[in-house]
Amino acid sequence: MLNAILTSKWTKVFLFLLCLAPAAWLVWRGFQGDLTADPIAFITHTTGDWTLRFIVITLAITPLRKLLRLPQLIRFRRMLGLFAFFYGCLHFSTWIGLDKQFAWAEMWKDVQKRRFITVGFAGFVLMIPLAITSTAGWIRRLGGKRWQLLHRAIYLTAMAGVIHYYWLVKSDVRKPLEYGLLVGILLVWRLAAWVIGRRKQAAAGSASRRPEPTTAESA
Amino acid sequence: MLIKKQPDLTYADVTPKTLYMGRRNFLLGLVATGAAVEAWKKLPRLVSAAGTGSVPVKLNGVVKWPGSTSDTQTPIEKVTTFNNFYEFGTDKGDPSQNAKNFVTSPWTVSVEGEVAKPRKFTMDEIMKIAPLEERIYRHRCVEAWSIVVPWIGYSLSTILKLVEPTPKAKYVAFESYYDPKQMPWASSAGIELPYVEGLRLDEAMNPLALLCVGMYGETLPNQDGAPVRMVIPWKYGFKSIKSIVKIRFVKSQPPTTWNMYAGGTEYGFYSNVNPSVDHPRWSQASERRLGPGLGLFTRKIPTLMFNGYGDQVASLYAGMDLRKNF
Repeated sequence: MLNAILTSKWTKVFLFLLCLAPAAWLVWRGFQGDLTADPIAFITHTTGDWTLRFIVITLAITPLRKLLRLPQLIRFRRMLGLFAFFYGCLHFSTWIGLDKQFAWAEMWKDVQKRRFITVGFAGFVLMIPLAITSTAGWIRRLGGKRWQLLHRAIYLTAMAGVIHYYWLVKSDVRKPLEYGLLVGILLVWRLAAWVIGRRKQAAAGSASRRPEPTTAESA
Repeated sequence: MLIKKQPDLTYADVTPKTLYMGRRNFLLGLVATGAAVEAWKKLPRLVSAAGTGSVPVKLNGVVKWPGSTSDTQTPIEKVTTFNNFYEFGTDKGDPSQNAKNFVTSPWTVSVEGEVAKPRKFTMDEIMKIAPLEERIYRHRCVEAWSIVVPWIGYSLSTILKLVEPTPKAKYVAFESYYDPKQMPWASSAGIELPYVEGLRLDEAMNPLALLCVGMYGETLPNQDGAPVRMVIPWKYGFKSIKSIVKIRFVKSQPPTTWNMYAGGTEYGFYSNVNPSVDHPRWSQASERRLGPGLGLFTRKIPTLMFNGYGDQVASLYAGMDLRKNF
């Protein structure tokens, strides 16, 4: 039953629409004239929040499919990662178009001068090659191992996103710390899994010298 | 950068004192004060049986102050739903939700310290010390947004003079009401509370420094600092302390909440609006005016030195390096 749900094409369609809901909700509130007294700040914060949420969700896929023994979850990872990029684009273009109103020189000064913008900008730019190379074709072209290495850049983006948030809030740091905790857990889990994997490999290697299978999906 | 500006007021516009204190005005003032006191007395009864907090009541006969800005006013719905009042939560929308049960009556303000006649003022007394004026001020937040609000009150100097400050008094320290039971959100605000603010004595005595008891024709809503707050239009908004319970005359510069935060590197004691001194995390050169409408494509407007009130206050800072004393 669970397997049927996880492998159904309709689940993916449903999830796709669900991921669009935050954007749809913003548009709907816009038509209601209900974007708070400072709509530009509200849209910036909402899209930024969802970028971080989708990064966290994407990073959670691998631990979840291993812990819950649900390998089918991998089907959704690319889409979730691309939604992180989608909300990141909305966030970035809100800043460019609505906040800074295409004052390029001023924006470039901000990127250099204000550390929260510097780190946020870096995190966003790092996502661009990942979005471009997210297709099966690019996995083939790059080779599983190289592709995997490249896509570990998402760890840096996640950290940059948390630091970006932490540096921009005034005094109430609860929300950035919550994201920091989640990203921290997800990265520490990977580190632990890697250490344990190496030990097992070393033990198995000394016993039978069997080569470790690698796939793009184990990142 | 040279900022050309259209000053709201020049010295030529100042009403001569004799005219200002003229008989008609004085009588009008009496009527206004009477009406204000009547409105204030109704307040406790308006505290609903459901146990919710104080709600604004209409203030009648408020005198129009001649120096008001002609800038478009920010709609009241925005000023009451977009607040920085960390005791009631750090999200802009929190105070309008969380301050609903805040009870602001009875209320007293203690004026004390280096004064000949320290005194506790009840809210009734505060409402009738002077005729209430409606003053439309620009209000510039340090976060680079601004609003235009018709505040109601009178010059802080009026009440300060009543307690007769001694020659030792050099600064005025303010303290907000703080009750962790009524304000459980305060524990995660990330700033030390109670909220404290301060002004140099000459700043506090400047006629623009408004002791504010209302806005948009009514008493103050809780989230906007009921029942009495400061409005200091030439300084960033956080200097305009809300829900005041204590005003203390002191000899030396008092600690202020946001100045203490981050060791004074981000928010100065003076915090005069100054487009040429950036906050470390954002530029102060321009601001987003929150006006009528959705405001999705609002162009930023240049921020004016002293928020455009230089004619009235620049002399307070003659000879001071405002980059250092930001």
